[in-house]
Amino acid sequence: MERLKLVLQYFQSNSESISNGVCIILALVSVKLYTSFDFNCPCLPQYNKLYSLGVMIVPPIILFFLGVLVNRHTGIMMDEWLRPIGNRSKNPAVVKYLFSAMLQRALLAPMVWILVTLLDGKIFICAFSMSVDPTLFSGLPNNTGLDVMRIMAKVPCKEDVIFTNSSFRKAVSRYVRCYSQAVGWSILLLLIALGAMGRLTKPCFEDHGTFLQTRYWSNYLDVEQKLFDETCVLHARDFARKCVVQFFENMREDTILHLPHPSFFTNCKEEWEDEEEERLHGVTKEEQMNQLLTEWFDCKPELDVTRIAHRPTMCVTWEDREGRTLYSDV
Amino acid sequence: MDKFRMMFQFLQSNQESFMNGICGIMALASAQMYSVFEFSCPCMPEYNYTYGMALLVVPPIWFFLLGFVLNNNVSVLAEEWKRPTGRRRKDPSILRYMFCSITQRSLIAPAVWVCVTLMDGKSFLCAFSVNLDIDRFGNHSLITGMSEAEKLKLLARIPCKDLFEHQEIRVAATRYIKCISQACGWMVLLMMTFTAFLIRAIRPCFTQAAFLKTKYWSHYIDIERKMFDETCKEHAKSFAKVCIHQYFESISGEMGHLHRHHSGKDESEEEEEKKSDEDKLLGIRVQDDMNKVLWNWHTCKPALALRKDQTDGENNGKMNGGANGAASGFVNGHAHDVAKKEWAVYYSKI
Repeated sequence: MERLKLVLQYFQSNSESISNGVCIILALVSVKLYTSFDFNCPCLPQYNKLYSLGVMIVPPIILFFLGVLVNRHTGIMMDEWLRPIGNRSKNPAVVKYLFSAMLQRALLAPMVWILVTLLDGKIFICAFSMSVDPTLFSGLPNNTGLDVMRIMAKVPCKEDVIFTNSSFRKAVSRYVRCYSQAVGWSILLLLIALGAMGRLTKPCFEDHGTFLQTRYWSNYLDVEQKLFDETCVLHARDFARKCVVQFFENMREDTILHLPHPSFFTNCKEEWEDEEEERLHGVTKEEQMNQLLTEWFDCKPELDVTRIAHRPTMCVTWEDREGRTLYSDV
Repeated sequence: MDKFRMMFQFLQSNQESFMNGICGIMALASAQMYSVFEFSCPCMPEYNYTYGMALLVVPPIWFFLLGFVLNNNVSVLAEEWKRPTGRRRKDPSILRYMFCSITQRSLIAPAVWVCVTLMDGKSFLCAFSVNLDIDRFGNHSLITGMSEAEKLKLLARIPCKDLFEHQEIRVAATRYIKCISQACGWMVLLMMTFTAFLIRAIRPCFTQAAFLKTKYWSHYIDIERKMFDETCKEHAKSFAKVCIHQYFESISGEMGHLHRHHSGKDESEEEEEKKSDEDKLLGIRVQDDMNKVLWNWHTCKPALALRKDQTDGENNGKMNGGANGAASGFVNGHAHDVAKKEWAVYYSKI
């Protein structure tokens, strides 16, 4: 449990870690989606290719959009790109950095889908079984009265009756799956090679100092946005509390000012009574309370808590009859 | 800083995270309900389409309405919409923002149901099996010599494994319709994701400053409502406490501990404990008095009006409501005297 907490804390420590975490989760979702999706090849000559290419291309597009959506950097990048200059100069390098970071992370889940598809092979078999030359394999069922194209189109469907007791289907499937896996591994190799090359040659193209600066300022923008949201929430809570208390106090009937007791009047009232008085805010009658509750709906108070927020602090001086100062706050 | 973070998380959790959690739970519930539900196509030409389409359309509507019911913000929205303007003007953009956010959250569970139904394909198969062109699946001999009605009846039986004898045609037709259904499902998912992408990613191009404003004030309305409820609860508690106190006193006839004070600052703890026990008796020490308290609590409850002289304590100085100015009264020489009720006060605004 402690380890899990540490891991979570590490991921939450800075904005990049959070984005990485979300990216990995999306990749896992993509794998889960593939395994739970019931792939259903139509086994008809006209539709096989269309269906397979659809399943190979549309989900990656969806995953890409999702990747862009759930990434915090998207919002920050758009804000920074579109804001008026105002008092803070704009640094295009920061926007570019955020854009490339967002793009890289959003591309991970689609790539995972495509790779899993290719390594599994079902979709390739569905798309390209008709392109295989049937003479390479023995055992083509020729007693069904169907033409070759149709038979080849049925290869992806295991349960079809024309292939019972025939090894033809398995042979063709294995052959196409080989191709599919080869393509998959090649793409994976290519991507990793590109990534490694990029990492190795980056110092040749970019000043490391500038890179550190852009990375710092993009992290700063994220932290600033979070803090702004936090401050707004806390401020709204304070504002609401003061507004409500002010509303209650406006309902007071009397104009008696309730002063704090001087400190030498020790224990003349129980402490709890002071607290209760404070919480009553001067509303002590049923009719007052009813009026208060009705007015809360009928005539909400204006959004102005200047009076209560800037209440002057009172300094009290106590004198006896002869004018001698007994106690003074001043 | 940690405390702030925790507090912020707690506050946030009351608004958005909670609703997101409910939203996620409903989406999972919707997927689970689909897998648990036993789909049974009627396999008759007149009812297939209705059953299939109803299962695709009616549960999403139900989930959508359930989303509205479970969302607390609906009542906040209704209240803000209906209230008289009073001293606070109404901002229509806030209402729109709240409505949009409620609608977005309620749309997720229906979308999950629709997608899962389309990906599974059973409802499409049930609805559209009668529209199939069976020649395409080979074996024309099956339908030669059949009238239209008989043909329809035969096609309507395709979704039911046990009723349709020619398995290979059934399997081929099922596969075909399921393909189309899955294609539709993926298209729907693509469109929804693209729409969400447009809304989220492109919105900052248009109204960012106004959006921040409406977001703040709609959160504020929610928080204010909660604060008001909290303050009312606290107030009710204090009101009740003081009311009951006064009731006990009115029965016992004693002014009890409200006007008692201690002359010295140094008291032993024992004495304090003894005194606080005495205080808790509130002046009721006799069985008859207690019986009277209990009887009257039912037959003659006290009025909902707290006596001012109790809550005021000994402060009788009448001032204006304003905070500045000066007023004066008198203070008696003895600080410890119970009966004297006045003192003089100067105060200045600093």
